[in-house]
Amino acid sequence: MTARISLELGSGGKTMRDFIAGTILPAFRNRELAGLLDASHLPGGIAFTTDSYVVDPIVFPGGDIGKLAVNGTVNDLVVSGAVPRFLSLGLILEEGLEAADLDRILRSIRKAADAAGVRIVTGDTKVVRQGQGDRIYINTSGIGAVVAEPNPRRLRPGDRLILTGTLGEHSLAILTARGDFGIEAPVRSDCAPLTFLLPFWKAGALWMRDITRGGLATILTELAEQAPHPLVIEEERIPLSKAVRAAADLLGIDPLYLACEGRAILVVPEKKAASILARIRRHPLGRRAAIIGQVEGKTGRPGELLLRTASGGLRLLEPLTSELLPRIC
Amino acid sequence: MRSMEAFRDRKVVAGLLGEIAERRRGLPAPVRIMEVCGTHTMTIHRHGLKGLLEAAGVEMVSGPGCPVCITPNEIHEAALGLVTGRENTILATFGDMTRVPTRRGSLQAAVPARGSAVRIVYSPDESLALARRNPDKEVVFFGVGFETTIPSIAFVAKAAAAERLANYSVLAALWVIPPPLKAILTAGEVRISGFLYPGHVSAIIGTEPYEFVARDFGLPGAVAGFEPGDILLGILSLLDQIRDGRPRVANEYTRAVRPEGNPVARALMAEMLDPADACWRGLGVIPASGLKLKPGGAAYDAEAKFGLRIEPRPTDLPGCRCGDVLRGVIAPPACPLFGRACRPDSPCGPCMVSFEGACLVHHKYGAARP
Amino acid sequence: MCLGIPSKVIEVDPALKTGRIDYLGTKIKTNFALLEDVKVGDWVIVHAGFAISRLDESDALETLDLLREVADKA
Repeated sequence: MTARISLELGSGGKTMRDFIAGTILPAFRNRELAGLLDASHLPGGIAFTTDSYVVDPIVFPGGDIGKLAVNGTVNDLVVSGAVPRFLSLGLILEEGLEAADLDRILRSIRKAADAAGVRIVTGDTKVVRQGQGDRIYINTSGIGAVVAEPNPRRLRPGDRLILTGTLGEHSLAILTARGDFGIEAPVRSDCAPLTFLLPFWKAGALWMRDITRGGLATILTELAEQAPHPLVIEEERIPLSKAVRAAADLLGIDPLYLACEGRAILVVPEKKAASILARIRRHPLGRRAAIIGQVEGKTGRPGELLLRTASGGLRLLEPLTSELLPRIC
Repeated sequence: MRSMEAFRDRKVVAGLLGEIAERRRGLPAPVRIMEVCGTHTMTIHRHGLKGLLEAAGVEMVSGPGCPVCITPNEIHEAALGLVTGRENTILATFGDMTRVPTRRGSLQAAVPARGSAVRIVYSPDESLALARRNPDKEVVFFGVGFETTIPSIAFVAKAAAAERLANYSVLAALWVIPPPLKAILTAGEVRISGFLYPGHVSAIIGTEPYEFVARDFGLPGAVAGFEPGDILLGILSLLDQIRDGRPRVANEYTRAVRPEGNPVARALMAEMLDPADACWRGLGVIPASGLKLKPGGAAYDAEAKFGLRIEPRPTDLPGCRCGDVLRGVIAPPACPLFGRACRPDSPCGPCMVSFEGACLVHHKYGAARP
Repeated sequence: MCLGIPSKVIEVDPALKTGRIDYLGTKIKTNFALLEDVKVGDWVIVHAGFAISRLDESDALETLDLLREVADKA
């Protein structure tokens, strides 16, 4: 355990999870936290979640920190099995932030909330000295009505994995907005509300997660750890935009580990997969949805996430341990 | 050429594997090919080729071509010391470098001194830009690489000197590929049937530097690119050489590699760098296997500039067998720490950290049971 | 060590020997100091932001033909 907090403890992935489990949780042991879920389901059918947003830059192609702050929290509720209803909004503003920027972000928040069908019902605003906060930080907490209690232990061989769209566009949009690596790509963040997936809880969806930090591979390895059977996904079926493919090749990053902000992976029973896929594809946010794999009965061992490669090989996927690094050499 | 897809197409791969299996059948002895380059190791595993090749009767052994893996601890710790011990210092480096574990932790987990930071760069050029943009900071580019990367590092050292950038220097660990091949062959520990030579190192150095392998040791070799199709074409060439008993240096990457390599790049290297004996993790000191900035460039050599006394030793962290893995003497699972104390999230040595390290590749991509 | 991407040169500043390449529609700053006479339209291998080698089109096509032959037999 290091004596001071280092950046990697917040970057998502196993290092962060270990830090939370080893340092933060022990201070508050209780049943609701024990599951380490993104959203807690409380007595009375209430789902509750919270998230903080520190993205840099605060504006990027396809969105801004405000849109992110609404959709991120809304999506945590949706995939936990709850209809999002209300959000709180905590703003920490840095002295010197331009009023026009704040205005733009507030309008974004309003627009995103309307699109997601939620209302901002309480909030707080603080201002910190210049240099003590990076323009604006946002925290949103969300409350929703529970409609499903997904349980990874109920997954069965043959259950299908549906990915709702292409991977990694949010990450790449941030990279291009930061001017990192001088990269210029025709890409917009995929930041969007996943509320269009809510009807599928009733239609038979068994489990859902939004694909955020750590990417698809990390999300699915977490599922594989809890499911009674291994998971197999097919490299060739994973939808990728040309821009993400190119950036991945150029920078040596693997799209399976790139964060999105408006994509989800669903597990659905085999018999219902085709019809659910068709319905998802009819929605503008689901046009490139695809069945990318399944809960596996014959190959691999429980706890494993396997990838069938484009060349016909089979390989084991690991979760991201910390901040993604571009490989050059 | 616009599309790499043919080079990894399933049918192409299947067809090449079929040919490999057929040619392999006619050969008596075991066929063990050492892929020298870490990127080859990674591509082979990533596309599941290791298992497919084994099924076709060709065993692949990973060689010492992972620059992060063979750079001794002491150099990493020197970089760490700069950013944690000096204020207003930016340490710019490639991504892989930030995760290498040392006895004092990794760069990524480091808590920099006041005003200091670790910054990941995609190109050494970016580190120059950092220095120009931050005149109040000292910028050190921590560069590790083989001949593919060395010319660009020589370039930035030269540019900094030409601009008289006072706040810039390079902390470099530069490695030359042919000498460790000779060391491995002379040590005689590994039984290999031939080498797969690194495509992009060869784009710089050409094919001549490998001639001694065929001439003095009678071993086949093939320069190969990095798509599955390229690698399999390289292996086919090696099987032909074994069968014909005519070892040579075959170029199976003609679209990118000329026999003479890249003369401009080599001239730049010769202008800025001198050969030096270098200490390779696991292999020890190999004569003329490294490169150092010429004495005239001392102002841009971080070691000289900051009076760093780096005394590299070939020994690893206790229990770590990265050295043996790098020499191809053992496969990763044979290391007692592999998969137990040493895992991607808790690496004991650089072979488990670098994206191309044999141990990380084996752990991440290895042997999924069918 | 050897990650190198085949890409097309789209901008060149001959004096600075820098420019940009396009790879599948994504553009990135690239340094051309290691090659001589790089022109817009050339194909190069890019490694860590530097173009290290020219891609020879006829060699590439030859290899592609070879691979297609193999695929057709499979």
